Amino acid sequence: MYELFKNLGSWLTSGSHWTGTDGIAHRLAEHLQYSLLATLVAAAIGLPLGLLIGHTGKGAFLAINLASFGRALPTVGLVVLVFLAGGLSMLPVYVALVALAVPAIVTNTYAGMTAVDPDVKDAARGQGMRGHQVLFQVELPLALPLIMTGLRLALIQVVATATIAAYVSFGGLGRYVFDGLAQRDLVQVLGGAVLVAVVAVALDLLLSGLQRFLFRHRTA
Amino acid sequence: MIQFDTVHKRFPNGTTAVHDLTLDMPEGGVTVLVGSSGCGKTTTLRMINRMVEPTSGTIKVGGKDVTRQDAAELRRSIGYVIQQSGLFPHRTVLDNIATVPLLLGHGRRKARARAAELLETVGLTAEAGKRYPHQLSGGQQQRVGVARALAADPPVLLMDEPFGAVDPVVRTQLQDELLRLQKELNKTIVFVTHDVDEAVRLGDRIAIFRTGGHLVQCAPPAELLARPADDFVADFLGAERGLKLLSLKTLAEVPQGPAPDGGAWTLVRDEAGQPTHWRSADALELPVRPLKDGDSLLAALDESLASPTGLVARVDADGVLTGVTSRDDIHRHAGRAHAEARVAA
Repeated sequence: MYELFKNLGSWLTSGSHWTGTDGIAHRLAEHLQYSLLATLVAAAIGLPLGLLIGHTGKGAFLAINLASFGRALPTVGLVVLVFLAGGLSMLPVYVALVALAVPAIVTNTYAGMTAVDPDVKDAARGQGMRGHQVLFQVELPLALPLIMTGLRLALIQVVATATIAAYVSFGGLGRYVFDGLAQRDLVQVLGGAVLVAVVAVALDLLLSGLQRFLFRHRTA
Repeated sequence: MIQFDTVHKRFPNGTTAVHDLTLDMPEGGVTVLVGSSGCGKTTTLRMINRMVEPTSGTIKVGGKDVTRQDAAELRRSIGYVIQQSGLFPHRTVLDNIATVPLLLGHGRRKARARAAELLETVGLTAEAGKRYPHQLSGGQQQRVGVARALAADPPVLLMDEPFGAVDPVVRTQLQDELLRLQKELNKTIVFVTHDVDEAVRLGDRIAIFRTGGHLVQCAPPAELLARPADDFVADFLGAERGLKLLSLKTLAEVPQGPAPDGGAWTLVRDEAGQPTHWRSADALELPVRPLKDGDSLLAALDESLASPTGLVARVDADGVLTGVTSRDDIHRHAGRAHAEARVAA
């Protein structure tokens, strides 16, 4: 066990492992690129949906149940499915990652919208704001902390799951896990896993710190 | 100014909130809508700025049918204050007040200048403008709510239990402020409350609603208290409605005589001539609460009961003693006030 951790330590710290197209730096950049792009696309789908459901109050059933749907969705299965249907490309990976991220974004956006004090919305309408003004000047800013939480959760989930890109022969930190498994190189597998975990935790801390800074004037 | 013509409101769930209401609310007056919960008073108020649409009948503000106007534009032309203030928690107090001027496209600088002006009008410091609503007390938040409603200088102000959630001391302060503001601004105010004392205090006219959305009586407070239309109104006004009537009359017309000197009780004054306490022949001291001309007959009656001599000390604006009034005189005027209110109706 001790030997394993020692080897892991030298694997992670060895300079030669960090450079080149197969180096950690490059794999990390790939991993982040996949994750950010997938989350961005998921946000482009999930945010308007969540805002619309929250603002109109219609489709709340969808918003609430999407969360459990998201949890139940087999990500690898989805990759394989789209892969079989569409052939080898990054598309299956992105489809799976986006599908994973959308529910968290929709559900949290909706939750943020419903948490806005009805008195505040009533007052906004009563002062003469139109529907879109209530949405963008009152509801959206007030729902923003929860919306950001949704984006953060989605990104963390995607970062942790983006290893599947390697499953269909693409890059990212998943390369080490899948290559390591194929080569029966346990240190490499562990190194890849640790890197993914560290990136996920680091992003989580960074974003929650950012949230705390942005919403420091808010109560609760 | 505001006219309801056979307005009916039935909600989709079948309950009738307002039943064939015909009511005129005169310009420059405070019309208070009172009644227990579920009597349709809030619905009535909210139909004026189309937060609720009537099922049938017409409502006119300034002669114009409200349902023929764009709802958002109508609301910008009518001040609206609600119970929990409904301030925007993510905006500073100043920006909260500037809401309607900004919606009207007045430009940020002009809107903020106007907001700063209103901050003072409602009795808040310029420093409060930079804070966020949750950093203010409940009473201060309500002041901001009033300032926000006044920002575009609307002729009509709708207030839905605006002081319902603050403690009694602050509530009295806010009522005083509203009366002072109203003297200055002369708005047409529609005020919803379930508190009879508040209604009597603020209203030029009081409209009493009964469950089911029926208007029972609409009259000036004195008339209402002296001649309730039926048992429901009488019950609603409470057993002390005779005393409430006295709260509407001032002490000004009640005559006063010289203060007693050297009897069983002496009214002691300081060098400035301000009464300090009563002192008996055997040096017992009791407090005195001097009253001004503007104080109510009710306050005078109260003081005459507390005073050891039954005499009420009267002072001028500087607190200097001008004379005393006897319990009998107060009683006589109280009786006369009742008689007048009965006849005037």
